[in-house]
Formats: sequence, structure tokens, C-alpha cells
Amino acid sequence: MAKVCAVLQQREGKIHRMAWETVAAAQQLAALSGEKATAVLLGSGVAGLANEVAGCDLESVRVIDHPLLADYTPGGYVAALAGLIALEPPETLLFPHTYQTIEYLPRLAVAAGAGIIPEGLSFEPDGAGGTIWKRPVLGGKLHARVRAKGTGPTLVSLQSGAFSADSRTAGQAAIVAVGIDLATAASWREILGVEQMGGETVDLSKAEIIVAIGRGIGGADKMGPVEELARLLKADIGASRPVIDSGWLPRDRQIGSSGQTVSPKLYLAFGISGAIQHLVGMKGSTCIVAVNKDAGAPIFKIANYGIVGDLHEVIPAMVAALKED
Amino acid sequence: MKIAVCIKQVPDTEARLRVAKDGRWIDEEDVPFTINESDEVALEAALQIAEKQGGEVIAFSLGPERVREALRKALALGAGRAVHLRHEAFAGGDALATGRALASAIRREECDLVITGSQSDDNGFGATGTVVAGMLAWPHAWLVMGVEVEEGGRTLKVTREMESGLSEVFRLTVPAVLEVQAGLNHPRYASLKGIMSAKKKEIAELSPADLGLIESEVGLAGSRLEVLSVGFPEAAAGAQILSGDGAASELVSKLKNEARVI
Ligand SMILES: Cc1cc2nc3c(=O)[nH]c(=O)nc-3n(C[C@H](O)[C@H](O)[C@H](O)COP(=O)(O)OP(=O)(O)OC[C@H]3O[C@@H](n4cnc5c(N)ncnc54)[C@H](O)[C@@H]3O)c2cc1C
Ligand SMILES: Nc1ncnc2c1ncn2[C@@H]1O[C@H](COP(=O)(O)O)[C@@H](O)[C@H]1O
Repeated sequence: MAKVCAVLQQREGKIHRMAWETVAAAQQLAALSGEKATAVLLGSGVAGLANEVAGCDLESVRVIDHPLLADYTPGGYVAALAGLIALEPPETLLFPHTYQTIEYLPRLAVAAGAGIIPEGLSFEPDGAGGTIWKRPVLGGKLHARVRAKGTGPTLVSLQSGAFSADSRTAGQAAIVAVGIDLATAASWREILGVEQMGGETVDLSKAEIIVAIGRGIGGADKMGPVEELARLLKADIGASRPVIDSGWLPRDRQIGSSGQTVSPKLYLAFGISGAIQHLVGMKGSTCIVAVNKDAGAPIFKIANYGIVGDLHEVIPAMVAALKED
Repeated sequence: MKIAVCIKQVPDTEARLRVAKDGRWIDEEDVPFTINESDEVALEAALQIAEKQGGEVIAFSLGPERVREALRKALALGAGRAVHLRHEAFAGGDALATGRALASAIRREECDLVITGSQSDDNGFGATGTVVAGMLAWPHAWLVMGVEVEEGGRTLKVTREMESGLSEVFRLTVPAVLEVQAGLNHPRYASLKGIMSAKKKEIAELSPADLGLIESEVGLAGSRLEVLSVGFPEAAAGAQILSGDGAASELVSKLKNEARVI
């Protein structure tokens, strides 16, 4: 196995979009030391998927194919990957920063004696054979440069979109089956089913203009001017998660990693700080406007236009300006 | 049921942040601190379960002196006792070091259930609760959006959030660790009676030695991650910040005539 490993995610016969980003990142990280990366695929009956991954330029694709891995469970995944790491420990294992991976990755770190670097955005060599990763802290308001210390492998999860899937290079990799004894692996859970949360009825993915509000709106009773602005712009209304969690708008208005992904030609964000989980749902918008009273809010970093100010003043003023002509 | 809740005190999300002199973290002076959002939800979930099933809620927090205020609030909201992991050696821990210390403290109490938040608003590792589960070798679930106690407290029916509005439902056996997500419940406010009674409740203080840990196993020394520096991210090119009284109408006209999106 190579020093750098990409651990892929798949579900229902498909490789997760972010797993291809992980492959690209692993190729780039391995290239720093003139080597190739290994990809690791877990599942049951995943030979077809392994062939697909083998079309990338990799040292090999290691496949752990086992009936116990048919459904994701933290117990099965931790046992399989800890077994693989014990056979031949890589230096760095890269993962997509998905809800599934983050659920088991820290537990794998405990089992395998590994370090954890969550939400890597980019890397640079530290000049001494190590790697410095950049990751968001404090809701994305700051970025931290961090490095693994101590001994043992490092598990790094990669933020969605941090690396481009299209930048991965093609090749012809060998497929290697890895046998791991999972007889004693506890699944730790009895799966009962998958549900749709709160029933999605509003489809915001085709919206041309979205007026989105965040916690800064201050309450459900403050929606009047927002609705008027949306009406004048023929826009749909969306929201950040706290607005939904507080019950100010229904869940099908949520935009972000747990909600909908949108790419309108105009996205107006009022009182939204710009946490990464929100940004991944709207950063594909053509024109982004941010209105926030905090000049340091991360939303301004991706905005095309911004106003530093109180949304309760800016929205009525925009309404007045729109009515003027 | 005996339920442990892990509570982290974090800078208020509205706080103005400055980088500290050594460049490795924020300058905490004058920064207001609060209980981490999903940890308030964790405490509320624990209180609701204890009210229904009977039992006790114990609040755990690792941090400096200021953390007492967060624990005091947890006691006012209804926790019966609090445990403060307080020692210089605990500072600067990553999820592994902090999770190791919390797991050691929780192990002493023989709890049936641990409830934590999913992610802290400052470090944002999204990992500490899972590390606690790993160290205790208990089942766990991350991003919990629903909990039902079954069979008189022997099993739990748990709903876990997945991406894009889907959720997975499964059953866990107790003891277990649940890492709850904001939105699971609406945390209560402290009553005057609660605030008064909190003054009489105990906050125990524990050091690494009390937990049977050596100082190199906790805090920065016991961590596998070190922060070299923090800084503000760069802005994307081309962001135009409008200001002054006419900013809103200038914005409307720019969206019409410059960006041509309305
Ligand atoms: C696993 C996970 C999944 C998540 N999924 C999502 C998701 O799908 N979508 C999502 O949005 N979040 C999600 N989050 C939450 C995310 O991390 C942030 O907490 C959230 O996006 C913050 O929402 P906000 O910007 O509205 O609130 P805050 O971060 O509290 O920001 C409020 C902003 O309003 C500004 N403000 C306040 N008053 C005013 C005023 N009068 N005028 C102008 N500005 C004002 C403040 O300066 C501040 O910047 C998720 C978190 C986790 C851990
Ligand atoms: N210092 C701490 N004291 C108590 N609980 C903590 C501490 N750090 C993290 N936690 C718990 O672990 C959860 C996840 O934190 P993190 O891994 O930092 O994102 C938090 O929501 C808390 O419940």
C-alpha cells in the first residue's frame, strides 16, 4: 500500500461525488514525494465500482468486499479499516468529509492509534517531510494551519469542493482484494430504515432568485419586509439552518449540506454568517449579495456585492428602491 | 437512567474576534463565552429523558476557570451535579486528548448514556463525542435528530441525519453515546427557582491525576494535532462592499445595470 490512501465512499452502487475529490487530493499529496496513492473501497459486491476506480492513476485499488459491509455501519467500517491499517500502515488516509465518514472516522482513529485532521481545505509541505493542512475554525471566520504530531497514521477528511474531482488523472491501476476477518466486528446498530426528513415539497434547485435569511433576522415575526422583497423580485425564500431549527420557516426551505443545494443567478443572504455547511449549498450561485452587520462575517468572502449594515434597514430601503421605478 | 452530558463553553458566535499575539488562537480577552449550541440541545435531551424515565443528569466540561459559569447554567437548567475537568495540562487538546479525558471522567460515574453535541462552534472537530464512544467501547451515533427510549431504557431508537434531507433510523443498545444535532429540540430557559437551587449544587473539580492519566496524555501534549497559526481567510476577488445611506438603492441599481440579474 502507498503512503497516501484515499478511502472512498459508495452507496447503492455509486461512488460518492466527493470520493472522486478525495482521489484527486490523494494523487496530489502522493505526487509531493514522487509517488502514487492507493484507493480503498469497502462494500459488498463492489467489483464493478472497483473497476471504475481502477481507471484512475493509482498504485492500486484495495477492495474489502464483505457481506457485513453491504450497509454502512460504524462497527463494520471501523473493523475493516483498522484491519487494513494494521496490515501495512499508510502515513496519511484521506476521506471525504461527509456525514457518514465523520460518524466513524474518530472511532477508527481510536482503534488504529491514528491522529485526526477534520475538514482539510488545502495542504502544503512543511519543508521537513510533513504536511500542513488548512482547516476552518470558529464557523469559518478563521482558518487554522495545522499539522499532525506524534506517531502513527493521520486521518484527514476533506471539505466538499476543496479539491476538484476533474483534476484527478486517469491511469490503469491493479485491483487487489484484501481479506479482513470481520467475524468479531460488532455492527453496534440494527438498521431500521431510511426516511425523508420533514418531507421536501419546495424545490429551490430551479429558483432563479433566492432571498435567504439567517439567524440575524431575529424571529418569525420579522418576516414581513423579507416577503415583500421576495415578491418584488419574484424570488423564492430560503434560509440557513438556525432559522429552520427555531421553527421560523419549514425545513424544506433549508439551504446547505443538510438541506437543498441551489445555484440561482442571484442569491441574497441577509443575516447569514457564511458557515461552510451553508456555503456548500449555495456557492454555485452566479451573483451573491451579502448583507450582514459584521464586516468580518465569512459570507463576504464569497460575495459579489456586500453591505455591512442592519438588514432591518437595508431590506425596506431595497424595497423602496425597487418600487421607485 | 444516569446520563452524562458533555458541555463545551465557546466564544459567542457574535463575538468580534482578534488573533492572539502568538498567532495560534484568538485573543480571549473581552470575548463573551456561551454554551455551545448543540450542547444546549444535548442537555435538553438528557433532561427530557431523565424526566420521563427517572434518573440523574451530570454535566461534564473540560476547560479553564470560566467554564464554571457554563456548568452553573447547566445546573440551573436541571442537571443534578457537575464535573469540571480543570487543570492547565488539559489546555489545547484535540478531539483525541479531550475525548480521552472526558471518557475517563465519565467512566468513574457508571453512566447508562452519554449525550454530547455534534460539533463545537470553535474547534469544529465534530469528533470528540465519537472519541469518547471509542474509548468507552460503547455504540454511538453522530448527528442525532431523534431519540426514543425503548424497553424501559435498555435500547434506543435513534434517527441520524444524512445528507440532503434524508435520515437513517436504527436501534442501539445502552450504554451508548449520542451526539445530537441542533434542531432536535428547543432548549428550555432557566427558571428563577432553578437558578437559586443551582447555587447549592456541587461542581466537582478533577485533574489528570484524579482521572488516572498522566499529563502527557491530555491537552496539547496528548494531542495528535497542533495548530501552527490562525488567520482570516482571503476574500474572493471582485467583492464590492457598498456603504453609506444610499447603499441599498445603489445595490438595486448595480444588480439591474451591472450584474443584470434583476
Ligand atoms: C453537520 C452539520 C450540518 C449543518 N447543516 C447546515 C445546513 O444545511 N445549512 C445551514 O445553513 N447550516 C447548517 N449547519 C449549521 C452551520 O454550521 C451554521 O451554524 C449556520 O449555517 C449558521 O447560520 P446563520 O448564519 O444563520 O447564523 P449565525 O452564524 O448565528 O449568523 C448570524 C449572522 O447574522 C448577523 N446579524 C445579526 N443581526 C443582524 C442584523 N440585524 N442585520 C444584519 N446582520 C445581522 C450576524 O452578524 C451573523 O453573522 C450545519 C451544522 C452542522 C454541524
Ligand atoms: N472541552 C470540552 N468539554 C466538554 N465537552 C466537550 C469539550 N470539547 C468537546 N466537547 C463535546 O464534544 C462535542 C463535539 O466537539 P468537537 O469535537 O470539538 O466538535 C461538543 O459538542 C461537546 O459536547
